[in-house]
Order: sequence, then C-alpha cells, then structure tokens
Amino acid sequence: MKHNPFIRKMLEKITEQILRLSGAITSITILFICFFLFKEGIHLFNNPDIEKGYGLYVHSRNPTIQLSPEQTKKVFDGELDNWKELGWDDKNISLFRIDDAFEIHSEKDLGENYELLPQKLSEIISNDESIIAFLPKKYAPSGASVKELISENIKIGDYFLGKEWLPTATPAPLFGVLPLVLGTLFVSIIALLIALPLGLGVAIYLAELAGEKQRRLLKPVIELLAGIPSVVYGFFGLVVLAPIVQKAFGIPVGETALTGSLILAIMALPTIISVSEDALRNTPREMREASLALGASQWQTIYRVVIPYAKSGISAAVVLGIGRAIGETMAVLMVTGNAALIPHSVFDSVRTIPATIAAELGEAPLGSAHYQSLFLLGCILFVFTMIISIVAEIISKKKNYKTH
Amino acid sequence: MNKKLSQQIAFSIFRIFGILVVLILMSILGFIIYNGIQVVNWEFLSTYPEEGMTSGGIFPAIVGTFYLIIGSMLFAFPLGVMSAIYTNEYAGNGWVVNFIRMMTNNLASIPSIVFGLFGMSLFVTQLKFGDSILAGSLTLGLLALPLIIRTTEEALKAVPDTYRTGSLALGATKLQTIKRVVLPSALPNILTGLILSIGRVSGETAPILFTVAAYFLPQLPSSIFDQAMALPYHLYVLATSGTDIEAARPMAYGTAFVLIVIVLIMNLTASFLRRKLEKQ
Repeated sequence: MKHNPFIRKMLEKITEQILRLSGAITSITILFICFFLFKEGIHLFNNPDIEKGYGLYVHSRNPTIQLSPEQTKKVFDGELDNWKELGWDDKNISLFRIDDAFEIHSEKDLGENYELLPQKLSEIISNDESIIAFLPKKYAPSGASVKELISENIKIGDYFLGKEWLPTATPAPLFGVLPLVLGTLFVSIIALLIALPLGLGVAIYLAELAGEKQRRLLKPVIELLAGIPSVVYGFFGLVVLAPIVQKAFGIPVGETALTGSLILAIMALPTIISVSEDALRNTPREMREASLALGASQWQTIYRVVIPYAKSGISAAVVLGIGRAIGETMAVLMVTGNAALIPHSVFDSVRTIPATIAAELGEAPLGSAHYQSLFLLGCILFVFTMIISIVAEIISKKKNYKTH
Repeated sequence: MNKKLSQQIAFSIFRIFGILVVLILMSILGFIIYNGIQVVNWEFLSTYPEEGMTSGGIFPAIVGTFYLIIGSMLFAFPLGVMSAIYTNEYAGNGWVVNFIRMMTNNLASIPSIVFGLFGMSLFVTQLKFGDSILAGSLTLGLLALPLIIRTTEEALKAVPDTYRTGSLALGATKLQTIKRVVLPSALPNILTGLILSIGRVSGETAPILFTVAAYFLPQLPSSIFDQAMALPYHLYVLATSGTDIEAARPMAYGTAFVLIVIVLIMNLTASFLRRKLEKQ
C-alpha cells in the first residue's frame, strides 16, 4: 500500500486539508467566542426592568403610569418617600412587599394555596391611596381601585450610560456599566503612566547601553515577570503592596485603585519593554552614525533620532500594555477593593469589568438578567481588546511601510 | 545644559530603572519563596486540606492542575502544531497567511476571563459537559493555542530552506519532507513552546473559575466529567475567601510557592533548551 502512488497522493491531499482546517482554528475560535458571548448577552434587553414575574401596583387614583428603574430603586430604598417628588400630591409613599401580607393576615385567612391572597392584596391597595406594592404576578391583585404600573424591557441606554451597578437589587436591579468601564480605564491608564517611563527606560537601557552580561541577566528577569501567574501577583499585592500603600498614604484601607495600578504596571512591564526594545533596535545604523558624526552625544542621538524613529513601535507597546491591563482579572480583583462606584481619586476603591465578571458570575443564576448582563460585559471587554489589538497591528504595519 | 552631564543623568536613570526591574522580581520571588519554603514539606504536598483549609496540604489541587495541564495540552498541542505547519509550510505568503496570523494575534490578546465566559457558555452549558475537567481543559487549551502556534511557527522558520529543497530533490513528497526532515529538526524549539504553554496554563485562574474549579473536594476526580481543584484557584480561595483568612495564610504561601516553582522550572527548562540550541 505504501508504494501505491495513487493512495499516497490521496493521503497527501487529505493531510493537507486537515492541516488547512487546523490553520483556521484560531479564526473559528474567535468567531465562536464572538457568537456565544453575544448570544447570551444580547438577551439582557428582553428582560423587564423589574424582577421577572413581579409587578408594581398602585391605587387607581394615583396618576403615576410608570417609574424608571432608578426611581423604583429610590422609592424602595426610602430615598424617595413622597409622591410629590414623582409629580403627584403631597403624600408619603407607603411601601408594600409580599412578605408584609403574611404579617397582616394569618395563613388561614389566605387559604391553603394562597387562593385568597389576590383578593386580600386588592383590599389592602384600595384602602391606601399612597401605597406602592411590589408583588408576584401570580397573585396579582385586581379590581377597579388597583392599577399596575407599566414595566418596560431594560433599555440599551440605561445599560451603557447608567451610573449604578446594582445587579441584585430588588425590585429593580440596576445594570449601569459606566462605573465599571470608567474604573477599568482609570486603573489601566494610571498603570500605564507608571509602567511607560519605567518600561521605556529599561528598553533604552537594553537596546542601547547594556553589555552582553547585563542583557543576560535582564532578559530572563523580564521573561519571568511575564510568566508569574496573575493570581500570584494578586496575592503579593494583597499581602505586601496594599499594607504599604495604606501606611504610606495614611488611608483606612490599602485596597485602592492605586494598588491595582501598581500591580498592573508591573504586569504590563514585560510587554512594554520587549515591544519597545524591538522598535528601538529597528532604527537603522546609518541614522545613528550620521547623528553621532554630526557631533551629537549618544543620549542626544537616542532622544532626537532613535526614539522619534521608533515612535510607532513605542505606540504599539503603549497600546498593547493598555490591552494587557484592561483584560487582567485576578490580580485586580484581589487588590482594588471592588466598590462599583465611579472613581474620583486614586485612593478610591474601584471595580473593573473583568473583576466584576469573575466575582459575580458564580452567583448569578443561569439565564437570569444578571447572568446575561455579565456576558454583555464580556462582549464589551472583547470589543475593547479587539480594537486595541487591531490598532496595534495597524500601527506596526505603518512602521513597515517606513522601513521599506 | 552640558551635553555630557545630561547624558550622564539620563543614562544613570535608565540604569537605575534596569536595577529596579530586577529588584521588583527579586522582591516578589523572594517574598513568596521565603514564606513558602517554611510551609512546604512532603506532608503539605501529599495530603488533603484540613480544618477549613487552615492546615493539611494541597494534594488534590496539585493533582487537579496536573490533569488540566495534560488535558489542555492533549487538545491544544497537536492542533497548534498542525496549524503552524499549515501556515508555514502550505499556505504560502498571501492574504490567507496574513489573516491567520492576525487572528492568532487577536486570540492571544483576548483576556482570560473572556475565555472563561466562553468556556462556560459553550462547553459547560451548550455541550452539557458541566463543570468538568473536560470543559476546563478545552478552555485552557484554546487559551494556550496562540502561544503554541507562534512558537511552532518560529521553530519551523528556523529550519533552513535547503533542508526542504534537498529532501524534495531526493524525491520525497511534501508530507514526507515535513514528517522526516522539517519536524525532527524543529522539534526542540517546538518543545520549548510546549513547556512555556504548560507554565502559562498551570497558572491561569480566570478561565477555570466557571468551567472546572472546585472550592474543596474530599476525593480526587475519577473521570473527565468531574470537577477538580486547581492550584491557582486554590490560592485565590485561600487568600480571599476562606473561613479564617489569617489562619489560612501559611497555606496560601505554600500554594503560591508551589505555583512559582512550577513556573520557574518551566521557564528555566525552556531557556536552557533554547540556549543549548543556540550553541549548536
């Protein structure tokens, strides 16, 4: 069989097809990731803006037609306690939840299978003009004096521009991703501000100044920095860095945006160093020599000739460094304190997108709005990193045009 | 300003930066190793966690990580090598190769937590593998793919073209050439990539959070459809969410130490292999 040329040719062809297929594996994977993330995430907007299966009920004399999720949250948190603020008469809002029914009525009153519950609820509502009741639709009260408030689906604008992330709040969970997006960018950008000068300095040292011996030492150090697992960085940050930050700045807790940025800066260093070192090395020898021949010192040559020439490569390093920082999960989760608030200073606790997913997905019931909102966060992260990686690609392509 | 002086200042700053980077690594490694080595002994490596994870060992986590390494590499290594063979040996130099390379780069830049989400959605839920070693291995394998593909491609590129033309001139087919000539001479470099991927996979936490990792298991997993404990997740649990975090601290140091040692061994082996090759 081995010598049959026909079979051998067939085998060659089949192998080639198999290889071609595996060549497509990365593209297929990306396609799949895209599909599955969006598939789960996009359903978020099919969910009602208050908890599934529940409704909000008021007295029919109450002119309110609808409450926004934020208003609902404020009402039930007691922050809004007068109907005047919602455009009606000066009446204190009285809150009613299903549990309250069991306090007023004994189980006997409600019947064996709670078949009398809807009727009792109707009575309660019609007796109190200023009531707002959050009840399961299963036991929906009815009658002329009861009105259900309109509930809409979760709005895209509320998701992307909402300022509050309270995915488990009842009756109305709030899925505003703004604090998470800003938190992620905030931590990453500060990390880059720390890592860029340091990384660029080391890259210049490696590319221009270091002898063989120093390079032999530094290269593996940088590789190892890249190889340390992020959970170990997180552990180090938690046990060592956070207490240092806390003491150095005299703040109550050490888990802050700054702590996260410091750890991220260390983690982004290897990327920044190796990419910008490559860029610096690509500067043609003639340009350096021309500059030196004109009487420039080595340092003048570096910052007037080599760095401007390597600008696009260095920008690629910046972009890739940000990409690394934005997607980092475990280390950030462990050291930033995870308060889902828009950060105002580096000493605030922040929560990033990846940390939110990691912390909350385990508790979100499969297929719930919360679960879907986390997948949508994954989509945002995916789009972020895709853009970053494409931008980096374009920048480094540009460099190629210049050299040829 | 004086030309010489500004140069001196700038260069000493860069030198200090270089030293700083070494110091950062030393302090992280030193801290983990110093604290960890006091905890790690044979008992720590070979027994189960006890008393709410505040004493005992980390045996099941080591076994779990070992299974995940094997599982993910069984899947990703052949696939990655084949993919690299295709792009380097078959696909020529057209837009197809450029596209594949771009996609490989893109895949490499996707955050690990996104892999976790994807693994949960596809393997755990859609394909009904549940939280299992299978689902975790596949997720980790996908994450390691770009690294394997890149290192293999570089290994293949390092094989001189004269080897290929020589073999073809002797009448060998393309497949025979790849099998008998190209792959054997690229093998050590390809193995370097494999070792680096093992180092990467063994430390990843985010992709296994929702696909395989268990907080605590009283026995070892018995099939690929079982959950498993894993070192990085175990460290995360010990550091942040145990019943008594302070009492669990020594266990956390020990776990971090074992993780670091695995990564160190993998990196050192890889660079040792590489250096040996460079000498040849």
